[in-house]
Amino acid sequence: MCGIVGLFLKTDTLQPQLGDLMSDMLITMTDRGPDSAGLAVYSDSAGYKLTVQSDAADDVFPALDEWLAVNVPGTTMRHLSTHAVISGPADLGLTLPAALADAFPQLRIMSGGAAMEVFKEVGLPRDVAARFNLRDMAGTHGIGHTRMATESAVTTDGAHPFSTGDDQCLVHNGSLSNHNALRRKLARQNVTVSSQNDSEVAAAYLTWKMREGANLGEALEMGLKDLDGFYTFVVGTKNGFGVLRDPIACKPAVLAETDDYVAFGSEYRALVGLPGIDTARVWEPEPATVYFWER
Amino acid sequence: MQTYDLETHALRDLNAALQGQSQQTNETLWEVSNPKGAHAIAVGLDAPIEVTVLGPTGYYCAGMNKQATVNVKGSVGPGVAENMMSGTVIVEGDASQYAGATAHGGLLVIKGNASSRCGISMKGVDIVVHGNIGHMSAFMAQKGNLVVLGDAGDALGDSIYEARLFVRGSVKSLGADCIEKEMRPEHIELLADLLERAGADAKPEEFRRYGSARQLYHFHVDNASAY
Repeated sequence: MCGIVGLFLKTDTLQPQLGDLMSDMLITMTDRGPDSAGLAVYSDSAGYKLTVQSDAADDVFPALDEWLAVNVPGTTMRHLSTHAVISGPADLGLTLPAALADAFPQLRIMSGGAAMEVFKEVGLPRDVAARFNLRDMAGTHGIGHTRMATESAVTTDGAHPFSTGDDQCLVHNGSLSNHNALRRKLARQNVTVSSQNDSEVAAAYLTWKMREGANLGEALEMGLKDLDGFYTFVVGTKNGFGVLRDPIACKPAVLAETDDYVAFGSEYRALVGLPGIDTARVWEPEPATVYFWER
Repeated sequence: MQTYDLETHALRDLNAALQGQSQQTNETLWEVSNPKGAHAIAVGLDAPIEVTVLGPTGYYCAGMNKQATVNVKGSVGPGVAENMMSGTVIVEGDASQYAGATAHGGLLVIKGNASSRCGISMKGVDIVVHGNIGHMSAFMAQKGNLVVLGDAGDALGDSIYEARLFVRGSVKSLGADCIEKEMRPEHIELLADLLERAGADAKPEEFRRYGSARQLYHFHVDNASAY
């Protein structure tokens, strides 16, 4: 069992409140996933952002800050608990990940992209939200996950969201049964999956399909054929937000839509704090049906 | 009327109060406000009381109900009226998966749509859905009646025993051993009564009946090698 929340803003009005609204949604889903939590927050930016994580952030991040000043001038670093967001010019993503892997091999790269930042850690959703100041974050859309582990260990790497491409993320409630075969297939396509987690394979699969030219909606359609198991997925791209349930549809899902937003919750109670929810269109997404919004 | 606000009072206290009502209770009318999708509201009731829930609920609303009438002015999460024994549960909105699962008796009315596995393993309950139902509904249904004014999804009545299924709209597909059956006068009569009790504006003659072909659950010696 896991909990998923998502909020995709169609207008600008709620953007300053994105983190605040998502915090309550995430914390409400603690019962479904108390062992880890994570979130991806999308906000417009001109350059490139790399979100990194260290288990020894207090020691590593000052050194990283100095290293960046010397080796990658023009970058800034924002330090949030175990994570840091390095911002710089649009071409930062081409060279920095490899350079960091050499200079700081223990550093984990959580995400990269123009818009997305990913924060995830082991712990209660309330504590995870607090350590990253989620309430203060603004943005256009966000996806959050509370984890009750089944397929791999309770670690930072096993927490969701999984990001396997720039500005792409996926969260998953369920379990995939063909992830090992798919992992080998993806490896032959030079798509790397860094953890043993089944959900990361689904994320990498969608990244591969989008790299081949599909949009998010098309990639999800293909996933219906190639991904075997139980799943409710919520996925994000720089300007898109998608939902997909497997044909059996055991894993719960509720969608709500108003003029201002599309919201996803594993349960309705995750959505009760949203403005206008009493008059929103609320429905259960159909099995094996792609739901996909773009701004 | 007893009123109970879940914004300010604990759900556990509400259920304890409702479950504590005796057969002769004078406190027969209860109203619950601000349910906000909470789970297990008004479960395990066993008294002739009437509970109105003013808004959407989460999992297992009115589960294991006996005697009581529970009216939800909103949608319900998975497992509404699960294992109900008697009484009436009315949902003004939609129901999520496995509505009325394993229920032995009583009447469950869903005025919106019900999603997958509606009436799974039902054992005697009457379920009337004003809208559509999802896939695998009435899977292994054993007894009772499932009435659907709208359409049914894939694999309706898969591995069904002796429940009766009445569908007015289309059936996407029938499950294993489920077949269409003749509507006889006694079925029209039964359906007319169910529709009236469920406040449903539909004519019994508009429905088709489905049930068990009885090929699956009897051991047949010719199939011995298949076991």
